[in-house]
Amino acid sequence: MTETEFLNWVRGPGMQIALAVFIVGMVYRVLENYLIGRKQSLAEPRGSEWTHGVGTMWRRSFTRAKLTTRGYVTLVAGYIFHIAFLVTLFFLAQHVEMFRSLLGFGWPALPPLLITITAVLGIAALLALLAHRLTDPVKRMLSDYQDYLTWFLTFFPLITGFLLINRVGIPYKTLLATHILSFELLLIAIPFTKLSHIITTFISRWYNGAIAGVKGVQS
Amino acid sequence: MKDTRTVGEILSSQGISRRGFLKFCAATASMMAMPPSMVPAVAQALSNARRPSVIWLSFQECTGCTESLTRSHSPTLEGLLFDSISLDYHHTLQVAAGSAAEEAREHAMQENDGSYLVVVDGSIPLGNPGYSTIAGISNVDMLKETAAGAAAIVAVGTCAAFGGIPHANPNPTGAVAVSDIIKDKPIINVSGCPPIPIVITGVLAHYLTFGKVPELDDLGRPTAFFGQTIHDRCYRRPFYDKGLFAETFDDEGAQQGWCLYKLGCKGPVTYNACAVSKWNSGTSFPIQSGHGCFGCSEPDFWDSGGFYRPLSATTADVGTLAGVAALAGAAAGAAIGRMNRSHRARAQARHEKLTIDDIEES
Amino acid sequence: MSTPDGLHDIAIETHSDAGAYPATGNDLPILHEIRHALQRLAQSGEKTVIDLQAIPMAPGEEERILQLLGRGEVSATIDALGPSEVRETAFAGVWTVYHRNTNNEVVGKFIEITHCPDLLHSQPEDIATGMAQIRETLAELESKQSGDQA
Ligand code: HEM
Ligand code: HEM
Ligand code: SF4
Ligand code: SF4
Repeated sequence: MTETEFLNWVRGPGMQIALAVFIVGMVYRVLENYLIGRKQSLAEPRGSEWTHGVGTMWRRSFTRAKLTTRGYVTLVAGYIFHIAFLVTLFFLAQHVEMFRSLLGFGWPALPPLLITITAVLGIAALLALLAHRLTDPVKRMLSDYQDYLTWFLTFFPLITGFLLINRVGIPYKTLLATHILSFELLLIAIPFTKLSHIITTFISRWYNGAIAGVKGVQS
Repeated sequence: MKDTRTVGEILSSQGISRRGFLKFCAATASMMAMPPSMVPAVAQALSNARRPSVIWLSFQECTGCTESLTRSHSPTLEGLLFDSISLDYHHTLQVAAGSAAEEAREHAMQENDGSYLVVVDGSIPLGNPGYSTIAGISNVDMLKETAAGAAAIVAVGTCAAFGGIPHANPNPTGAVAVSDIIKDKPIINVSGCPPIPIVITGVLAHYLTFGKVPELDDLGRPTAFFGQTIHDRCYRRPFYDKGLFAETFDDEGAQQGWCLYKLGCKGPVTYNACAVSKWNSGTSFPIQSGHGCFGCSEPDFWDSGGFYRPLSATTADVGTLAGVAALAGAAAGAAIGRMNRSHRARAQARHEKLTIDDIEES
Repeated sequence: MSTPDGLHDIAIETHSDAGAYPATGNDLPILHEIRHALQRLAQSGEKTVIDLQAIPMAPGEEERILQLLGRGEVSATIDALGPSEVRETAFAGVWTVYHRNTNNEVVGKFIEITHCPDLLHSQPEDIATGMAQIRETLAELESKQSGDQA
């Protein structure tokens, strides 16, 4: 396969396959969770499911000082990584154009300089997380191949993207095709790995919050 | 008939001074994208070079490539270069036609067997040989026959190099590139739709001067001209790097000369010399005139998404796909959900505790 | 620039290029390169030639570079296969050489850092031709004279 065929494939059929797997997988995941079903609660609700559910989805994005005495690296690097990753993904002009072509609408982008910073932050944070995972005895014991696989799949688009805008010697076309491929691999992996937390995190938060809400306790 | 004089001898027989010759060499070296320090070597090589016989074959093409070459080669300097090759057959340009022309071709082939250069423009239809013929000979036959005794082949234009527009989806004529047919000869691909005239002459000059095929990239293109992307050498690049993009062809950004990425510029993935050598005797090139690069020197440029869609826009139709995928996911999810539910109901009926494992099993 | 008649009637708003384009940064590196080359010329007599056609220029950038280089004391025209203009710039030792063909189209643009561009010198081959010619002329004249005397 030539460079061009590779690029055309990842931009066309490859993207279609990845999106199809991602959508099928995620819808399946969510429905599977939802349809487990719960027994109807006969107790009188003491508070609203909705306000607590949504509130918890939001509130748990922040941590409490008390909880941070251990796992400091995971916490700080984890925050930096997620914010950097999302900003890079959603606010680089070239990415916005891609979303515009997928969704039919776009939004203003951030200046490349800022994106370069978030990209570097994201890469650094992920490296820190990996180093921590490898050096911390407990975390290391808890890790299985999936933790490393998802690490790599998340790292791959960041590093190839960073190389793309920083004029390196690698032929641009191949690099671009690899970058897109890395995104597609990530999309495909999400539903089948712990990366499905990009959505399920919110579902479980909502569920926790909602239950607490109904019971009238703080979540 | 066979001219055995060297280029130096031919030029001096025309009364051209050494100064004139050196000037010619300086311009030629520049045209070949060689550093000025190479001029003495070029002069040395050129004065001893012997004019190669050239056979030019035009297949399924629009004559744009020949136009590009003949329109802009300035009759005196690069013209000299053409005097220095012996263009023995070019059925678009030559006066002779039909069997007389074919005789000229066969004659040139016999006389220079193993040493002549074949230049091809246009793709070759394999769907039905009758789609394109010359003097009753199909393109593929003529190419094979002519290539057999050639020293090298220059595929001029994206059609000859990669199939080009005739090869575009759905390729009704079964058009292919020269390299799809000829496997045992060095092929130099001078792609572009049309190729930059000075690049065509530069490649011929290189062959004439050094008698060998220049360094090629993985697509068979001379790296001297196709070694870098348009984007690598684009003067609008500082705007790209700053994230300043024209949104339409006549907005403020367009007037300020901002980057044309969002207007579909394919410069980042297009290897060609436009940004340096420019067009029309160095006057301008598409991006300088306010239009993004099409990627005309790349394989399948015609089928690589719309010309006016940004490079990072996906080429896939995803609207229906997303709907179908969501439905499929929903169906699968619902089915699994029902199974899980009945599983749970059964478990409860047996007064067993439901564990995570139960759910995961099903 | 003159506009062909008829276009005047069309309401076209033109925007001046002046200042619209950024300095793409070719001018400074070229001046630096020239400075280094001059230093080499002064120290060791080494000549340097810069091919302006090998540099991707923004609109108006070449003019800007030429303007920065200015005009010096010497200018010459060579008439070989079309005119070539050779000029010393305001910086002694820095020359511009523009080759044109007989259609007056530019076919080569160079900046030469040298004491005198090579092309200005008479070339040995041409001197040889010249010698042969002058001998011929002399021989002709002399034979004419001796013919007259006889
Ligand atoms: C906005 C939605 C997201 C939320 C709320 C979220 C939340 C979390 C949380 C709570 C963790 C902690 C688990 C741990 O320390 O291992 C985590 C880890 C992680 N998340 Fe996310 N995440 C989100 C989106 C994403 C996305 C879009 C990605 C990338 C595709 C991602 C990739 C990761 C990775 C790779 C880890 C593991 C980091 C490590 O090795 O420690 N997350 N995420
Ligand atoms: C956060 C992880 C990232 C993901 C998931 C991602 C994904 C993508 C995707 C899918 C494209 C589509 C291109 C196409 O279809 O033609 C793209 C293009 C691009 N990405 Fe990323 N990317 C990521 C990070 C980065 C980073 C960190 C950078 C640089 C700082 C970057 C720079 C680019 C550039 C420059 C393009 C456009 C290339 C072009 O079309 O010329 N990306 N990215
Ligand atoms: S106009 Fe095209 S080639 Fe020039 S910088 Fe922008 S994207 Fe690159
Ligand atoms: S700018 Fe691009 S499309 Fe235009 S001629 Fe050059 S390579 Fe072809």
